[in-house]
Amino acid sequence: MCLAIPAEVVEVIEGEIAVVDFGDAKKRVSLALVDGVEKGDFVLVHAGFAIEKVDAEEALKTRQLFEELERLNEAN
Amino acid sequence: MKLIEEYRNPAVMKELAEKVKELGVRSTLMEVCGTHTMAISRFGLRSFLPPEVDLVSGPGCPVCVTADRDIDRAIALSAIGDVTLATFGDMVRVPGSRSSLQEASASGANVKVVYSPLEALEMAKSDRERKIVFLGIGFETTAPAVAATIIEAKRENINNFFVLSLHKLVPPALRALAELPDFHVDGFILPGHVSTIIGSKAYEFLASEYGIPGVIAGFEPTDVMRAIYMLLRMQKEEAEIAIEYTRAVKPNGNRKAIETMHEVFEPCDAEWRGLFRLAGSGLLLRENYKEFDAGEWEVDVPPPLEKKGCRCGDVLCGRIKPMECGLFGKTCTPETPVGPCMVSSEGTCASYYLYCDE
Amino acid sequence: MQTLLRKTVFPVLGNEDLFDMEDAAKVEVPEGSVALTTDSFTVKPLFFPGGDIGKLSICGTVNDLAMRGAKPLFMTLALVLEEGLSFNKLEKALESVGKWAREAGVKIVSGDTKVVERGFADGMYINTTGVGVIFEGKEVSIRGAKEGDVLIINGFVGDHGMAVMNARESIFSDANLSSDCAPLWGLVDTMQDAACLHALRDPTRGGLGAALKEMAQASGCHLEIWEEDIPVRAPVEAACEMLGLDPLFVANEGKLLCAVAPLDADTVLCAMRSHPYGKEARIIGEVVSGKPGEVTVRTSMGTRRPLRMPSGEQLPRIC
Repeated sequence: MCLAIPAEVVEVIEGEIAVVDFGDAKKRVSLALVDGVEKGDFVLVHAGFAIEKVDAEEALKTRQLFEELERLNEAN
Repeated sequence: MKLIEEYRNPAVMKELAEKVKELGVRSTLMEVCGTHTMAISRFGLRSFLPPEVDLVSGPGCPVCVTADRDIDRAIALSAIGDVTLATFGDMVRVPGSRSSLQEASASGANVKVVYSPLEALEMAKSDRERKIVFLGIGFETTAPAVAATIIEAKRENINNFFVLSLHKLVPPALRALAELPDFHVDGFILPGHVSTIIGSKAYEFLASEYGIPGVIAGFEPTDVMRAIYMLLRMQKEEAEIAIEYTRAVKPNGNRKAIETMHEVFEPCDAEWRGLFRLAGSGLLLRENYKEFDAGEWEVDVPPPLEKKGCRCGDVLCGRIKPMECGLFGKTCTPETPVGPCMVSSEGTCASYYLYCDE
Repeated sequence: MQTLLRKTVFPVLGNEDLFDMEDAAKVEVPEGSVALTTDSFTVKPLFFPGGDIGKLSICGTVNDLAMRGAKPLFMTLALVLEEGLSFNKLEKALESVGKWAREAGVKIVSGDTKVVERGFADGMYINTTGVGVIFEGKEVSIRGAKEGDVLIINGFVGDHGMAVMNARESIFSDANLSSDCAPLWGLVDTMQDAACLHALRDPTRGGLGAALKEMAQASGCHLEIWEEDIPVRAPVEAACEMLGLDPLFVANEGKLLCAVAPLDADTVLCAMRSHPYGKEARIIGEVVSGKPGEVTVRTSMGTRRPLRMPSGEQLPRIC
């Protein structure tokens, strides 16, 4: 399975463990598989591990694309 | 939920559906990943597609592709007196050829559901008398997590923690599908989080050797629809491997996770339900980590019994849709599953049964 | 045993009638029909955020009475205790029984205690039987939903199931998850004062999904619900995504599903929102023409799909 919700990093403990928040629900995850995770980053979590950072810039690009599509749709 | 809501916008969906329709391409696409299968069913995405675009499911539910023989082996391990078998929850009800872990547990075997391999390691640390065997199910998304846990066990010298590695690799399975003589799929909706780990380059062979395009998609409804649109365009133009899920997937994947996986595991042959034995499609613990390998244990596993009428194998290769199986919805339901595709919440049959009209 | 009863059970229940030690309680029931229900309670852990087995055993039975339009009056309480259960836990659970019985306005008039061997009964089981009165014209049933009715729920779904699961499995280290366990007679009474209720059901173990299906089947009509209008708290939604569960099938212990005539909907909603257990009340769907006994879900994408029951036990997924 894949957990699609990105979790926000609220605390990094000694570079190895992060406390992440899924929206009023916090969990400790291992950072053994991702480098350079910082507080405020969004990460994907799988089986107790952070597996990748979510690229906020890319997420924003997709959002802009969608906003454009939405405007198109409304214009039609 | 942050970074989710914007991908669930019905207006965007409508616009994407319009664009798909305009292309007018006749196409059969395969969504490889079970989470995509579930999203497509749950959000009713098929109803946004024109009749000429068909979606079939692929071998992307790790529980479903696990062979009966391997489930039987896990059940046999769980019956050993001083063993606790730690497993992800969706494996518990999956029927092997004779029983399931749930049934084994009811008749005295020690089976414990965990959410992370790290929990299994904790169990081993807190009870050094018991052997904790973690059932390693999952693709490239899960294997690095299990590898990191094994490295941790070695570092801390925990000698009562073991792994039965039934991990599988996605690209070899896709190659096997592409090689099938009766395989008529025009494009792959490629898995999101497997690709987070292995990157898009791992699939290049699909386009270059077989001329089949692939798009790595996120899990939200508009992600999937956008991937479909991209695939149909490629069908008209040129087959390539592209990333829709750019916010989480890079061409080279997650190097640290790949290295962790390779540190502990090496490729081996593995048996897939429906695809038989595929060379280099499984993961075996390397010599350096052999002491953690429960796959080496001598246990008595009787040869698997064949399940009469169950067509999970055909469903997993996209040969048939679930309702074309004679057992679907009759003797095989989520309540009384015959095959694994009806058990897992990501199983193709379960998602058709729960979410689709006959 | 006598000492246990006198020292622990009776005082916390605060009911002098129990002291007369008769074999059976004699009760006076006001004029009307008598409603009778029984339920046994088992929960792991015994104490969880928002509730405990004692509160559950009162609310569960009170709510079953309330769903028939019955005012809860009396209750029996039977305890099955595992040998070795700590005195402290027993006392806490019983205090909770007493507190919530008072809150719900029911009197515990008879009881029983059995102790079983260690290793059985998961600490403790509780069985409660409830007696209520249905005043004339106040009967409600699950069979009464009619085409055109609107469907109302009194708040967020899935809170109980997720709070208990998290307390048991520690999925999250720190989560705003709390059981919704609550006695609902007061709310039903308020709603009945506002308008005639066509059908009621408390969506407990099988979640809202099971309650909808049961109402559709019992009433012989077709229900449609609107996914984006079903209230789910963020942590419950996150936990469900994480475990592969559908919040529609996660347990509640303080929720009711109600069918009312469309003209009464606003009045009923308004009355509900004035009550502490109905603040988040909202319309989640309607009774439509269509195949009787079935439920359709309109998804957030605007598509429609049939609501099917998953297997009896929802198991968390992972891989």
